[in-house]
Amino acid sequence: MSDAITHEAHHHGPPTGAKRWLYSTNHKDIGTMYLIFALIMLFIGGAMAMVIRAELWMPGLQLVQPDFFNNLVTNHALIMVFAVVMPAGVGLANWMIPLMIGAPDMAMPRMNNMSFWLLPPAACMLILSMIVPFFGGGQTVNTGWTLYPPLSIQSGMGMDLLIFTIHILGVSSIMGSINIITTIINMRAPGMTMMKLPMFVWSWFYTALLLIVVMPIFAGGVTMLLFDRHFGTSFFDAAGGGDPVLFQHIFWFFGHPEVYVLLLPSIGVLGMVIPTFARKPLFGYKSLVYGMAALYGLGLIVWAHHQYTIGMSIETTTYFMIGTILISIPVGLMIFNFIFTLWRGSITFETPMLFALGIIVMFSFAGTTGVMLAVVPADLQYHDTYFVVAHFHYALIPGSLFGLYAAVFFWLPKWTGHMYNERLGKIFFWWTTIGFNLTFFPQHFSGLAGMPRRIVDYNMIFTEFNVMSSVGAFIFGLSHLLFLYIIIKTIKGGEKATDEVWEGSSIGCAGLEWTVPSPPPFHTFETAPQVK
Amino acid sequence: MTSNEDSYYLPDLSKWPIIAATAIFVTLLGVVFWVNGGSLWLTGVGLIGMAYMFYGWFSVVIEESRSGKYTPKVDRTFRMGMFWFITSEVFFFFCFFGCLFYLRTISLGWLGGEGAMGRSNMLWDDFTAAWPLISLPNGGAGLYTEAKEAMGPMGLPLANTLILLTSGVTLTWSHHGIKSGHRAQQVWGLGLTVMLGVIFLFCQAYEYYHAYVAMGLTLNSGIYGATFYMLTGFHGFHVAMGTLMLFVVFVRLLKGHFTAENHFAFEGVAWYWHFVDVVWLGLYLFVYWL
Repeated sequence: MSDAITHEAHHHGPPTGAKRWLYSTNHKDIGTMYLIFALIMLFIGGAMAMVIRAELWMPGLQLVQPDFFNNLVTNHALIMVFAVVMPAGVGLANWMIPLMIGAPDMAMPRMNNMSFWLLPPAACMLILSMIVPFFGGGQTVNTGWTLYPPLSIQSGMGMDLLIFTIHILGVSSIMGSINIITTIINMRAPGMTMMKLPMFVWSWFYTALLLIVVMPIFAGGVTMLLFDRHFGTSFFDAAGGGDPVLFQHIFWFFGHPEVYVLLLPSIGVLGMVIPTFARKPLFGYKSLVYGMAALYGLGLIVWAHHQYTIGMSIETTTYFMIGTILISIPVGLMIFNFIFTLWRGSITFETPMLFALGIIVMFSFAGTTGVMLAVVPADLQYHDTYFVVAHFHYALIPGSLFGLYAAVFFWLPKWTGHMYNERLGKIFFWWTTIGFNLTFFPQHFSGLAGMPRRIVDYNMIFTEFNVMSSVGAFIFGLSHLLFLYIIIKTIKGGEKATDEVWEGSSIGCAGLEWTVPSPPPFHTFETAPQVK
Repeated sequence: MTSNEDSYYLPDLSKWPIIAATAIFVTLLGVVFWVNGGSLWLTGVGLIGMAYMFYGWFSVVIEESRSGKYTPKVDRTFRMGMFWFITSEVFFFFCFFGCLFYLRTISLGWLGGEGAMGRSNMLWDDFTAAWPLISLPNGGAGLYTEAKEAMGPMGLPLANTLILLTSGVTLTWSHHGIKSGHRAQQVWGLGLTVMLGVIFLFCQAYEYYHAYVAMGLTLNSGIYGATFYMLTGFHGFHVAMGTLMLFVVFVRLLKGHFTAENHFAFEGVAWYWHFVDVVWLGLYLFVYWL
């Protein structure tokens, strides 16, 4: 019995009943709740995407009214960004960072629970924003997730609900980020220096720093929107001396770094998965750490490449174009680091590794279309077409969602103590990859041919590409039932996982997560371990 | 065996976080009803819940601190937490200052016909871009009412600047008193700081009253009024919170909670107060003066 950690009560098993979850101060329980929440919201957001694709199955109006369609587009994006990828990332951070750095828990366990319990209310408000227009709540929110005025000023009550959803989620992510940074700086085991940190921990270090910087700015922006809507201010109205473009600048000053918030944790997961299954140490650890810092810095100063068509001066657009293209340097560095890690490794192709390799290929593709979009004259053609939709789905589905899937398969044996069914895992990988590519690859062509995004009906000439997209989307959507099945099956039972789980787990840039049993006991590292 | 330096206090199950989350939800849902023409009762319920939560949660923390559960490592966690919280607040104000600069230097010029974007001037060709913007394009187009005059830097705003700067001095004086154990210096210093905070808020309230009634400067008087009230309003809200925090710390000081070595609650609030002070200097410079 060590005196290193003082508990209020000296029980060591988990508490029982609902209080265990409602009042939790345990990073593993809170991480689990985050992940389950994200999974539930993935199905809700995914269902919205299915309705969108069913509507776009053929030209003309099929299923939904145009306004409701636009509302679906808006809330699909907001749910996927704020209620799926971000909570899932925080869930992974909660589970893994204390295990990796040898900490007994997160630095502020109670605040950790508050960050989580802000999410279900926010999700309620998000769903409510779709429902209130049916009960006399005024105009639907049909702005897209960017919430640009003046349209967002004219929307009904749903818009106010979305504004406060963003406030609540902002409070949640800022508290989560403060907790994560403090944990990383203050809670490392003796000997776990910063330059020994596993890549996943580094990736979250930067992600949390980004969130602390950009979340308050978005909060300020939507607050101004609220004041313009209800208190007579004129921030975004030229008749009072304001400017609607100002909101775009605020939104994208937050929105572009937000992309890296979604992406970086998955890059961190790749940094764990690839060395493990290549059985080689991570190539260029330091350059990855500094590369992420460069990505962080550049990410904050390139926002206006989302707004090339608003009529900025030539000098301004040139600056944003050059800055944006520069981003391909740190991103390319990461991709090359991963490829060099694979070079002459003894590679095996378990499910997490399949996802990791898929990410390298598909995310690089998004990078290529990204450079195309960064070029101002070209972007003036691509702007607001399906080419953009294809680009950012290639960036965000492989770049962040598949990274989360890799993480789930990689760490599920550690969390549950059971191996998942490898054959089903591989089927899931191929099923999603084929479905995803079939959905979004044709959208490049329809976009280049001029099909506008966020539109309920389209010209007949785009029919074939849209049919392909819809078929792909249903395949992609259905595959997630298998995902759910694999997860439930693994939680319920299966082959016992060893402490190391994977043969190569100690070779990569792993921390201490493989030294604890699978599943880990309720409290780990009550005596700080010594790292050599 | 690890040294005491590395030991850490982990709290057991706590009901306060979920109460906090629920209270925030109820409060904001109430605001949604209110701005859409409903009453404020739900917000009131939420705010009572928040007050209950703050009282309960901080009681627990103070109790834990008093019983010596917080090791040096826990203390570092609190310091870092407060530092990053204030950092996020800095960026919240950065947003409003950034908007002010953008509106004043970029978009107002366009409205006045400057540069390639100045074509919008064709809408309102007799509009002159000037800051503070008193005469609006097309007289506010029936949507906004013009103010009679802009808020000057002298008088109350200057007095408020001096009040806040003085409060920073008295707070530091009190801090030195805590570190050196001079009881009278601690109490007088902190008591004066709380009083100066309250005086500042009264001056600010009077300034708003004067602006609304005598100067016709309202939230509705175009972009000058909007930025003026947004920046000074959020600052004033932070001063109010800071004064409340200082008052709590003052009560704890009277109860003898702080020792020369262990008084982070005091220091955390002091950091916050200095942050609010610095924001005011930015406000005075860019909102009132220039």
